[in-house]
This record gives sequence, structure tokens and C-alpha cells, in this order.
Amino acid sequence: MKKMQLGFMLVAMMILAACSMEAPESSSEEESGDGGEASGDYTIGFSISTLNNPFFVTLNEGAEAKAEELGADLMVVDAQDNASKQASDIEDLIQQEVDLIMINPVDSEAVAAAVESANMANIPVITVDRSAAGGEVVSHIASDNIAGGEMAGEHLVSLVGDGAQVAELEGVSGSSAARERGEGFNNVAADSLDVVAKQTANFNRAEGLSVMENILQANPDVTGVFAHNDEMALGALEAIEASGKDITVVGFDATDDAVKAVEEGRLAGTIAQKPEMIGEMAIETAVQSLDGEEVEASIPVELELVQ
Amino acid sequence: MQLKNNNQSVLQKIAPFIGLILIIVIITILNPGFLSVSNLMNVLRQVSINALIAFGMTFVILTGGIDLSVGATLALTGAVSAGMMASGMDPIFAMLLGLLLGAVLGAINGIIIAKGKVAPFIATLATMTIYRGLTLVYTDGRPISGLGDSLTFQMLGKGYFFGIPIPVVTMMVSFGILYFILKKTTFGRRVYAVGGNEEASILSGINSDRIKIYVYSLLGLLAALSALILTSRLNSAQPTAGEMFELDAIAAVVLGGTSLTGGRGWIVGTLIGALIIGVLNNGLNLIGVPSFFQQVVKGAVILLAVLLDRKKTT
Repeated sequence: MKKMQLGFMLVAMMILAACSMEAPESSSEEESGDGGEASGDYTIGFSISTLNNPFFVTLNEGAEAKAEELGADLMVVDAQDNASKQASDIEDLIQQEVDLIMINPVDSEAVAAAVESANMANIPVITVDRSAAGGEVVSHIASDNIAGGEMAGEHLVSLVGDGAQVAELEGVSGSSAARERGEGFNNVAADSLDVVAKQTANFNRAEGLSVMENILQANPDVTGVFAHNDEMALGALEAIEASGKDITVVGFDATDDAVKAVEEGRLAGTIAQKPEMIGEMAIETAVQSLDGEEVEASIPVELELVQ
Repeated sequence: MQLKNNNQSVLQKIAPFIGLILIIVIITILNPGFLSVSNLMNVLRQVSINALIAFGMTFVILTGGIDLSVGATLALTGAVSAGMMASGMDPIFAMLLGLLLGAVLGAINGIIIAKGKVAPFIATLATMTIYRGLTLVYTDGRPISGLGDSLTFQMLGKGYFFGIPIPVVTMMVSFGILYFILKKTTFGRRVYAVGGNEEASILSGINSDRIKIYVYSLLGLLAALSALILTSRLNSAQPTAGEMFELDAIAAVVLGGTSLTGGRGWIVGTLIGALIIGVLNNGLNLIGVPSFFQQVVKGAVILLAVLLDRKKTT
């Protein structure tokens, strides 16, 4: 009986000893024939969050055009907004031994493990538009949301005048976009505006409407509104139009609806990201990094005011 | 059907296997890197989640049922386990509760179908919506992260055992157990009997309601196990996790030659079916097929495989 217990313990210990978190060393370091379509010097993998959203389609087109210009092979895999598919896609790119992987994460947390896998395989990673919560990244390329917030702030000041009472509709608390857009806006507002109300409407049009209704009740003298995205701006606009007041609203993102509202003169302005340029910058940075040049850890891409 | 000659059924059984080999050969010709040990491990790891669900789905389909709610079950159990871990509960306890929840959600499906006499397709279509909705309510529509660094939990999705990814070990062990249950136990024989001819099985004294509740519970349990593996791999629980997983699992079962009308099929085929889907997903990426076109190819292969299977059975 004792012997059996000892035996069990030994087996259990051996099983535990065999467990590890490290991937086994791949001993087969043979050259993988890469289908014979090597047109460029570098093969860059690009895991994109979705190609079912015009923003990312344009971003991808920018990347593809730039890759062709610089003579790099770009392999695009579409995660279809599914974090687990993205993890598999990135593993597949690692298996193909691409020279560099650009990742546009579906979810910052969920992509961390895949970035670590790439690190372990010594494949450099560049994140695009959204950052990764873990692993080492050569560079992060995204819109300069802080500059965009400042741009919106300055535009609002130019329309409502120095010292006017304004409200700020914030995005999802803790999201990087809400944080940075708010920071930029407040850089400008601190000196020249009186922000009397600051509330979150979670990037959501319906919440933008109800939050704005409440703000109008509490602060009847508000003359301007900055919303962290267009959805909230359009919701706020509904509340303002229903109240019959004349309040200037500035949004962010330049969605189709918002651009139309700007053209109709209902919305005072919106800030446009340049997805095409984000894609181009990502490829440029990737090639620079592969050429052995130093690249910035964070590369902000400029924005544009639509008014 | 049973009276037809044996050659035909053998051919029918190896058809999925031939299909798998054929796909592997084509992909390897186009990119020899496919056959590297590290990529094969990679494929197996990617397959494991769908395979686990598909094994459970095999039992359900053998009884003549279907379960559309597995993807949502996966999302809900993953979110609840992750939520408990994030709030500081002992991870092993949180995982066990997740598994229990999976079995309960499955049992609810089984009870609605067996006792409520609701068609499985409709019953699970409804619970799919309910479970997905509950997931969104529970998570507030956001991913749950900050799950701590419990080694047991991390190993479940990311660890290795003698160089083999642990999800693959989990898949193979589960396969062994489920193969044994289906082949060698009274319960296994009753699963076939209920799907083959329910009236006859009841007349011969089988409590078919109970069998049905058991198979849906088993599937719920396996979906929860997959949820834990996925949550560990992604180090977070996604509210949208598992979308369309039910269809991948059903496709794996059907590719493996199990009849959707119940009573006929085998779990080895399901493993091969899951491998076909996994190899396609990985291989199409490896040979650089544009992503939109990949979906067309995948659908076409499934259709072709099922049509070939049809040809052989008639």
C-alpha cells in the first residue's frame, strides 16, 4: 500500500515536472520555402481587427499601397473582430516566419499573449491604432488624439469666444481615446473656456441625448459642447435642437452622419482621423525598423478639422 | 441501412480521413512550412477548442438533437469564471464553478427539450439569445481582464506538457474518455438508441428524457471547459467570445460523417472533422489566401465533403 502511494506520488511529480509555460525549442530550423512569390525584401504580416468597417478598410488600403511602393510583401489576415481568431492568426504569421508583424488589436488585453509569442519567436511587433496591454512592441502608431482634442478645443473657442460656458461629453471612462481627447481639449479649455459640466455618455448617441438634456437643465447658460465622438455629439444635438437653444457642438471622428450634419450647418465641426495615413506610417516604420534604423516608440498621426 | 454491406460503411468512415489527408497534401505542396512540428502543434492547439465542443455536439446530434447555444454558453461561463477570478476568488474554485455553470446551462437546454417537448433547434435558439444576453448584462459589454497570475489557470491555455500544448493534451484526454463512454458503456449505447428510434428505445425501457438531459449537460460542461482554455489563452473573457462556434462544431460533426438525423455516427470522425476545419483555417493563412476568399473556400470544402458523403451513402 505504501509502495503504491509512493509510486503515485512519483508519477504525479514527474507529470508536474513536465509542465512548463515555455514553448519547446523548435529544433527544426530549416529554411521554409516561401511559396516562391518573394517580390520584396521583407515579408510583413498584418493582423487587422476587421475588414468590415470602412475605417480599417481604408487603413489597410494605405498599408497595402505603401508596402507595394517600398517593395515589401504584405500578408493581411482579418480577425473579423474576434479576439480568439486574432490570436490564431498571429500564431499562423509567426509560423510563417514573417520578418515583422503589425497588429491592429481587436482587444488590447486579449492580444497580449500573442504579442508575447511573437517576442519569444524574435519577431518584432508594431501595434496600429489600438495598443497591446502586454509584450514588447517596437512602435505604436495611432492618431494623435491629444492634438485632435486641442484642435477641437481651439475650434470651439474661436466660435463661442473666450471664457464661455461649455460642456464636455466624455467617452467610455478609462478608454485611451476618451482620456487623450479629453486631455487635449482641457489643455486648451483650461486657459480660455469655462467647463461647467463634464459627464460620460459612453460614446453612445442615446446616452449623449439624455446626458445633454440633464446638462441643459442644470446649466442653462452653456453655449458650447465638445463630445469625444460624433455619436454623442449627434445625440447632444438632438437634445439641443429640441430645447430650441443655440449651442455650438463639436464632435470627433468625422463619421458619415457627422460630416453630413456639418454640411447642413447643424454641427460646428468634427475631427477626422486619417486611417490611410496610419496604414502608410505603419509600413514606413516597419521597413525602417527592419532596415535597422531607430524608430520612435510611439508615433502619433496627425488629424484634420472638418468644418 | 444497417443491412447494407460492410464495405460501404468502411468507405464511408474513411472518407473524412481521406479528405483531411488530401487537404494536408495540397497545403504542404503550396507551403512546406505547414508540416513543421511547431506549426502542427500550433494547428492542434487552435483545433482543441472547437474539437472539445464538437465532441459534445456529437453526443447531442447522435440523439437526434442540436445545440445552437454552445457559443453563448462558452461566453457566459468564461465571463463568470473570469469575473470571479478578477474579484479575487481562488482560481481553481472559480474554474470549477464555471464548469458547473456550463453543465447547468446545458441541463436547462436538455430539460426544455426533453420535458417541454420543444424542438431542439428552437429551444437552443432561444437559450442562445438568453445566454448571450446574460453575458452582456454580466460583463456590461466589456472584456474582463486582470485575472491574476495563477499558474494552474495560465497553464490551462498557454502551458506545455512534454512540449505538447496543454489544450491539446486536454483535448486528447477528453477524446479518450468520451470515446470510451460512447463505445463501451450502457449510456453510450442508449445515446445511439434514442437517436436511432426513440419510440423503440422507450419501449425497451430506456429513459430517453434522462439521456437527453445528460447529453446536453455534457455539451455544456465541454463548452465551459473550452471557455476556460480560451479565457486563459486570451488572458481575458470577451463578451463576444464563441460567436459562430456552434456552427464550427456542427460542421466538424457533419464533416466527420455523423448523421444529423441521429443514431448514426462516430466521435473519431468528429475529431477528423475538427482537424479539417483547423487545418483549413491555418493552411489558408499559411498559403496567403486573401481573407475574404478564405470564407468562400471553407464553405465550399464543407459543402463538397458533405456532398461526397451523400454520394457514398446512397
